[in-house]
Amino acid sequence: MKFMLMMNAPRGDGDWGMKHLSMDELKAHIGFMKNFIGELKSEGVLVGAEGLAPPGAARIVRASKQDHSPEVTDGPFAEAKEFLAGYWIVHVETAAQAYAIAARASVAPGRGGKPMYIAIEVREVMSAPPVEP
Amino acid sequence: MADSHEHLLRELAPQVLGAVVRRYGDFSAAEDAVQEALLTASTDWPKDGVPDHPRGWLIQVAARRLTDEVRANIARRRRETELVAEAPLDEQIAPAPDSEHEPEKEDTLLLLFMCCHPALTRTSAIALTLRAVAGLTTAEIARAFLVPEATMGQRISRAKQLIKKSEVGFVMPSENERDERLEAVLHVLYLIFNEGYAASGGDSLQRVDLSTEAIRLSRDVQRLLPDNGEVAGLLALMLLTDARRHARTGPSGELIPLDEQDRSLWDRHAIDEGVAMVSRALSQGAVGAYQLQAAIAACHDEAERVEDTDWPQILALYGLLKRTSDNPMLTLNQAVAVAMVHGPQAGLQLLETLDADPRVAAHHRLAAVRGHLYEKAGDPAAAIESYQTAAALTSSVPERDYLLLKAARLRELAH
Repeated sequence: MKFMLMMNAPRGDGDWGMKHLSMDELKAHIGFMKNFIGELKSEGVLVGAEGLAPPGAARIVRASKQDHSPEVTDGPFAEAKEFLAGYWIVHVETAAQAYAIAARASVAPGRGGKPMYIAIEVREVMSAPPVEP
Repeated sequence: MADSHEHLLRELAPQVLGAVVRRYGDFSAAEDAVQEALLTASTDWPKDGVPDHPRGWLIQVAARRLTDEVRANIARRRRETELVAEAPLDEQIAPAPDSEHEPEKEDTLLLLFMCCHPALTRTSAIALTLRAVAGLTTAEIARAFLVPEATMGQRISRAKQLIKKSEVGFVMPSENERDERLEAVLHVLYLIFNEGYAASGGDSLQRVDLSTEAIRLSRDVQRLLPDNGEVAGLLALMLLTDARRHARTGPSGELIPLDEQDRSLWDRHAIDEGVAMVSRALSQGAVGAYQLQAAIAACHDEAERVEDTDWPQILALYGLLKRTSDNPMLTLNQAVAVAMVHGPQAGLQLLETLDADPRVAAHHRLAAVRGHLYEKAGDPAAAIESYQTAAALTSSVPERDYLLLKAARLRELAH
């Protein structure tokens, strides 16, 4: 089974929640995330992972009703309390294993090196039907 | 042993493909046939030894594949339509390549002109050049760009279709077309180099190094056109930039800016070659943008310590470079040079002229350079804000981390 683990970051005051961390706190956070990816790789469960650029540059696109050309708007990001910061896709055998991985990501260090308890949304990735025995 | 075969095959690939395309016209079919010939060679040569004329051997094997294919197609069509083939076999096969002076040289150049044709999108041109001219496999190209192999395979076959549709001929462009076409070739090589440079770090061990490939291809072009100043300028620019590769990132992939790099890690050999090459090109007249950029890179590379950098010279070169293009990124870099020569306030003033330019007004580099100049001007509060703005705008993780750390360090110094 594949699961997508989505990390929703709080918007904080302004565009970036990480901007109040000190040098050491930032280094610890960055190091943790790098290390985490390395662990998932060596455990053989990582399918893919991407970090998303901050939402300031995000746009909502809809086809115009006249000629289906792209209509681009800034979108309702200003009011959003959280935004998708990035995701991991893992290949595991049970949902419980995916939850365990999500919990490891959740305790990424923040202020004072303490766990941030980030909320991780876990969704199963749809796949082909199971093979008949 | 296997490595030397691979090296030889890669070197011969474009020459063989060029010769086969010239003979049979159909680029797409020729490309497939050459790939098969290369594959046959990579299994046969280690067993039987390298033939006396490896290039001729490969052309022959590829040509045989191709004629088999043509025959099979004709036979199939005949079966399908129950008609005598509408064209005799002879007409399907163009005359053999004339054995004039150094046809392999011309073939490689023609192949480059074809793959980098302005009718193709840049992404198509890049993929096709790496496959057809650099001789990389689809899998290698896919890994280098971090996309699935199927995606890259599709991109390459679409590029081949485009060539077919747009009827880009395998003929040497006319004298006045030559410059424009060469410009497209150099731009594609430059983009390949940049892609490798930007993607360096990470899992680079398992990936073909695009910067190295771009340098190799540029060396080929330089050998074919030794008197062209811009070709030499581009190769010099690549060498002088690549010379710093081991100093530009730290142990965990973090960015290290030019002024903080350990210059003993720079590749002296590459610098000497690059400096000599750009000096020769500049002395031959007709100075172009690649030569000027290479000259700026040379100014940095020749300074043993950061404080030895010849900033007035760099500033003068940016002045010349701006005459060749109105790219706002040039003004951004020029502002740094202005700050080094005339002080940070002068640099900040120059940056203000970019605020109204929609091409860079919201670009992270503008905010990052501004942060750097505010820091130099002794205004940490403004610097912190600029760095954080830049961090929120960049889409590169190492760059974002670097900018956030810059801001955090200034905050701590203020306490």
